[in-house]
Amino acid sequence: MFAIFQYPFIQNAFIAGSIVAIVAAVLGYFLIVRGLSFAGHALSSIGFAGAAGAVLLGVSPIYGLMVFTVAASIAISILGREVRERDVATGVIMTFALGLGILFLSLYHGYAEQAYSILFGTIVGVSRDDVAFTLLLGLILLILIAIIGRPLLFSSFDAELAETRGVPVRALGSIFLILIALTISITTQVVGILLVFALLIGPPATAIRLVHQPLRAIILAIILGLAYTWLGILLGGNSPWPVSFFITALSFGVYLPVRLLSQGIDSKRSAKGFEKLSMTDSALASQKDRND
Amino acid sequence: MIDILRHSFVQNAFLAGVIVAIISGFVGYFVVLRGQAFACEALSHIGFAGALGAALVGAGSLEGMFVFTLLAAIGMGALGKRLSGRDVEVGMVLSFVLGLGVLFLSIYTKNATGAVGVLFGSILSVTINDVQVILGSGVFIIILTSVLFRPLLFASIEPAVAEARGVPVQRLSILFLILLALSVSVAVKVVGVLLVFALLVVPAAAAEHLTHRPWLAITISILISLIATIAGLIFAFIGRWPASFYIVSLTSLFYFIALIVHAVRSPRHYRELPHPSREVLPPSM
Repeated sequence: MFAIFQYPFIQNAFIAGSIVAIVAAVLGYFLIVRGLSFAGHALSSIGFAGAAGAVLLGVSPIYGLMVFTVAASIAISILGREVRERDVATGVIMTFALGLGILFLSLYHGYAEQAYSILFGTIVGVSRDDVAFTLLLGLILLILIAIIGRPLLFSSFDAELAETRGVPVRALGSIFLILIALTISITTQVVGILLVFALLIGPPATAIRLVHQPLRAIILAIILGLAYTWLGILLGGNSPWPVSFFITALSFGVYLPVRLLSQGIDSKRSAKGFEKLSMTDSALASQKDRND
Repeated sequence: MIDILRHSFVQNAFLAGVIVAIISGFVGYFVVLRGQAFACEALSHIGFAGALGAALVGAGSLEGMFVFTLLAAIGMGALGKRLSGRDVEVGMVLSFVLGLGVLFLSIYTKNATGAVGVLFGSILSVTINDVQVILGSGVFIIILTSVLFRPLLFASIEPAVAEARGVPVQRLSILFLILLALSVSVAVKVVGVLLVFALLVVPAAAAEHLTHRPWLAITISILISLIATIAGLIFAFIGRWPASFYIVSLTSLFYFIALIVHAVRSPRHYRELPHPSREVLPPSM
């Protein structure tokens, strides 16, 4: 089972996957707290178009990914006030970018395979250089999010209060989306667009259901992300099925029971709280009666 | 130009395109009104897994998409709430089905081009059989949506009031998701999974910027998707680029024109108030 770790490409995949899992879990936590899962999906799809354009121009996909995702993230962050409106506008940008992506692909004649490695990633095709690059940018992203983390969290939970306290709420929102765009860009190189989204959403979504305190939730998300990635590579390396399938299936398989159970606990807990509340009310009332 | 119309695959492409454009213009209006763009996106990707799964067991791609999207629609509807972009649940389902799609793809490696067709649309490979299925489901979708029109509109705009008035909001929501699942499946046949949005959401979003009257908006939305589809197909036959690219560019163009018209028409210092029953973003997002 563990014999696969002799191969350097598995080692590379393992290291790169771990870095990606950590960065994605941390940024994904904020993504979910801010209700931006659709934007996350849209940005990763837009990245596909950018990568296809870069391939057509003959430059490294990373440049295309960065240009497209950063531009789109700026566009998304200045869009509509209503949730409904922003969803639609995000979707329009995404669709248009994808249309361009298809055009680029049809102009480029290496059609199918190229599209696949960008879309679904080939985690086992990672080189040492890729690992070093991912590590460097991953560290930069983590440092940046550590700097803006506290005010960002504040503005995510109570934007109005944060604004009155002098937190630059809008600017933070835009910077955060740009960070997400960069995360998606560097990790797409390694694991493909599909997996970026799965690692961005899956672990934090489960962690938030289990613990409420932000730092603990982020740590739990990192642990979950690493566990999915390692197990996924281990299972994928020992079977003919792709690694990305195992990672998404693990992440969904853990999320589903947690989601269903925590809902039950939540409603029970709040029902109990309500009972207690009404009990204290009646207790107070009876005490008041006695006092009278 | 007229010559190519004699080919049966061209006729099929135009027939399928026109039917799908009408359905998506109609259903898309409610998608935009209900803010279910993300759900629509998720359904289309679920269709991707369905089409590949069907190829695996040797069934047709339309059948596979119908089964998968219908199951997903019922599941998402049972979750109850309105499904907007904030919903982690939709995102989780989305990432899982994409993983599933990759699995099917890796098992069924024979047909990589088929998968590209599903992703990017393969309107030129639509058979007369597909056209019949598309027509059948189109008639069903249009009739059902028209029957449900008034309560659905009510429940989409004012869910709380509609519920108080005895409209079965939850059941309507599931029914609508089922209609959406059917529409997505047939739209995938024309523009592909990645671009379903172009027909189902973009024309209706453009129309909504132009007018608030439901029937007028629906008419405009159907017109936009019809023009984009037909023109896109004609361009694809004349030019060398794929039909889905032209269709997407045209609908996006209409959307941006509608945005500009909307901006020019509204008075300068007038800010439209958000609808009372809709979720408004805090200033940070």
